[in-house]
Amino acid sequence: MNVGLPHFLTISAALFALGLFAVMSRRNAIGILMGVELMLNASNINFVAFSRYVQHGIDGQIMAAFVIVLAAAEAAVALAIVLAMFRNFGTVHADTVQSLKR
Amino acid sequence: MSDNAILYSALAILGLPLLSYVLIFFFGKKLPRQGDFIGVGLMGIAQLLAIRIFIAFWKIGDPSYRVEKAFTWLDLGGFRIDAGILVDGMTAVMLMVVCIVSFLVHLYSVGYMHGDRRYARYFAFLGFFTFSMMGIVLANNLFFLYMFWELVGLSSYLLIGFFFHKHSAANANKKAFLTNRVGDWGFWLGILAFFTATGTLNYFELFAHVHAGTIKGALLGWAGVALFLGCVGKSAQMPLHIWLPDAMEGPTPVSALIHAATMVAAGVYMVARLAPLFGADAMMVILYVGAITAFITSTIALVKTDIKRVLAFSTLSQLGYMVMALGAGDPTNAMFHLTTHAMFKALLFLGAGSVIHAVHSQEMGDMGGLRKKMPITFVTFLVATLALSGVPFFAGFYSKDGILGSTLAFGMTSGHYVPFILGITAAAITPFYMFRLVFRTFFGKPQIQEKYDHAHESPLSMTIPLMTLGVLSIIAAGWQTADKGWFAKFAAPYDVPAISAEFNIESTGDHLVVHDEHAQAGHDAETSVEAAHGDEHGADDTHGEEAHGEHHDVAHTAHVRAMVMSISMALLGITLSWWVYYRKKVNTGALQKKFHGAYTVLQGMYFFDELYHATVYPFTLWVASVCAAFDRIVIDGIVNGTGYLTRMVSWISGLIDNYFVDGAVNGVAAVLQGAGEGFRRIQTGRIQTYLAYVSASVLILVLVYRVL
Repeated sequence: MNVGLPHFLTISAALFALGLFAVMSRRNAIGILMGVELMLNASNINFVAFSRYVQHGIDGQIMAAFVIVLAAAEAAVALAIVLAMFRNFGTVHADTVQSLKR
Repeated sequence: MSDNAILYSALAILGLPLLSYVLIFFFGKKLPRQGDFIGVGLMGIAQLLAIRIFIAFWKIGDPSYRVEKAFTWLDLGGFRIDAGILVDGMTAVMLMVVCIVSFLVHLYSVGYMHGDRRYARYFAFLGFFTFSMMGIVLANNLFFLYMFWELVGLSSYLLIGFFFHKHSAANANKKAFLTNRVGDWGFWLGILAFFTATGTLNYFELFAHVHAGTIKGALLGWAGVALFLGCVGKSAQMPLHIWLPDAMEGPTPVSALIHAATMVAAGVYMVARLAPLFGADAMMVILYVGAITAFITSTIALVKTDIKRVLAFSTLSQLGYMVMALGAGDPTNAMFHLTTHAMFKALLFLGAGSVIHAVHSQEMGDMGGLRKKMPITFVTFLVATLALSGVPFFAGFYSKDGILGSTLAFGMTSGHYVPFILGITAAAITPFYMFRLVFRTFFGKPQIQEKYDHAHESPLSMTIPLMTLGVLSIIAAGWQTADKGWFAKFAAPYDVPAISAEFNIESTGDHLVVHDEHAQAGHDAETSVEAAHGDEHGADDTHGEEAHGEHHDVAHTAHVRAMVMSISMALLGITLSWWVYYRKKVNTGALQKKFHGAYTVLQGMYFFDELYHATVYPFTLWVASVCAAFDRIVIDGIVNGTGYLTRMVSWISGLIDNYFVDGAVNGVAAVLQGAGEGFRRIQTGRIQTYLAYVSASVLILVLVYRVL
């Protein structure tokens, strides 16, 4: 079987959908964070795949490297927020933290 | 005295009384002696200035010489009113008369009004009156004449009602004011008529217009009568004379100043000043009104017992003489009589004031024998009485004789003898009632011993004016022959073209010299003056000698006859009076009973008041009720209708406001609230929900993009 672009895109879409589902269904802030990571990785696959099959350059790979760095930074910040949240509210459940709503 | 000096002196004479008024009115209570010295002092200065002007004009000796200065006061396009003053011989005399009488009355009032509660206010009003009167004298156009005319009416109102706590005084000043309103209404109509026809208000321009015939015929006649109506009101002539006797409610010095010497003379002065404006028809009206007034009012004086009332009616009678002279085309003698009359009538009133001051009564019945108690008052009063009676060598004789002479001359040329007959009869009645007054007041036995004992001569401030006026009453006429007095230097007779044409006479002798006053009003003043003088002298010497001589003869004959008659009438009147009231040879009570009807009519003053009460009064009430009904139905109807309409409109406006405007505002709010309620549901606060929306939205957008 000849592996082509559509296969990569299908995996990427599946991965994105899983990440999205995780973000939307999880109550736990860590879970949501993990969902976000999944979606970022889905986009990384897209970058690399398009770079390989369509553009034939390394722009996609470079962009993917940026995204990975960004994801690391994001994870650091997000985890810090989650820690602060836990400290303040005593929980990591996103739906119970509603003080801005009032 | 240069023209400018004359002008400034005249202005000062106008301004000084006003200054006196302002100072005393505002600061009188704070000043020592309540500021009376200000009034007397300023009037004294004014009098000195008036004497200077008088002497200046005496030296000039030319009646047509005049100084006039005006500036534009109001300019509304084609409608211009000047404010200006005019000083000529007539003005100079009038200034002199008003100043002398006013000054002496000020001085006299210091004694007479002493201790009055409103002493300062009294002097303020005197100053205000003098100011207004000076305005009338000095005005050079009809508008300003009218303005000061009304001011005089106002000050007279204030002074007549000075003792306003007395009911009668409060009524008298209203009566005077309202009666004058009728006259002033006519006066204003006359002014408007002349202004409409000629477009100017200046005296001499008007004369030129009349001379040129811009205004003539019936319009001139009616306009003249309308102007004369002003004189009828102010100078208290026949139909409107009723206010003057009542005006005696004012303080006695005021009666002397206003209702004898100066204010009532304003009407005569006005007609004399404006003589060329009166056509032949108007002149006839003036002549007869004057003659009838002179006669009728003198008869009323026969029966009155209040000394001030007797003097009031004698004033009316003498004013009638002056007006009669004006009507006979002889303004010179009218002004001459005005001058002499001012002196002796002021003296009579001040003398009466002195008597009233002494006995605290105005009734002859309370007096008698006062001669011994009040020698100065008696002597001066007697002098004035002789002057008024027309006894030779007293001032009144010359002027009265001049008037009777020209009336007779007019009668001889025109055939109108009635005015002369009425005048000469009044000339017999006048000394009779005047000596009745003298005999009953100063001679005989005291009627009420208590009052007699209490009586005393007045203080010096009151007797000095009396003595001054006494001297003036003798010398005011000079000692010239009656028809060629000093007065000719001051008041030139106007040529009254209309009346000359009507009766085909060039002049009525020395009094109506043809004098080209009108041409002088034109632009080439110098040449026409010379021409006028040339004519005047020429008439005596060469051309027109025959005609002039004939008229001169008529006038001369008339004057000689009039003089003889008036002297005999005066003597007759005095003798009769002496017989009746001094010797008491006639029982006056029996006479009263015998001629009961006549007595009642005279005592009732010919029932003019009752006549007006029966006619004018209900008519006025009727007009007032019609006006009231009009007011109630039409005006109130309009006002109420407007109110109702406004209410309806407001109601509708309210509805619109409540339902539309508020509805829109509330509707917007409700929509926003509803929208808010809806959107609130979306905002759950759960991040996942938002993410679901975002995802769904992206999905939908992608799908839409794909489909399209």
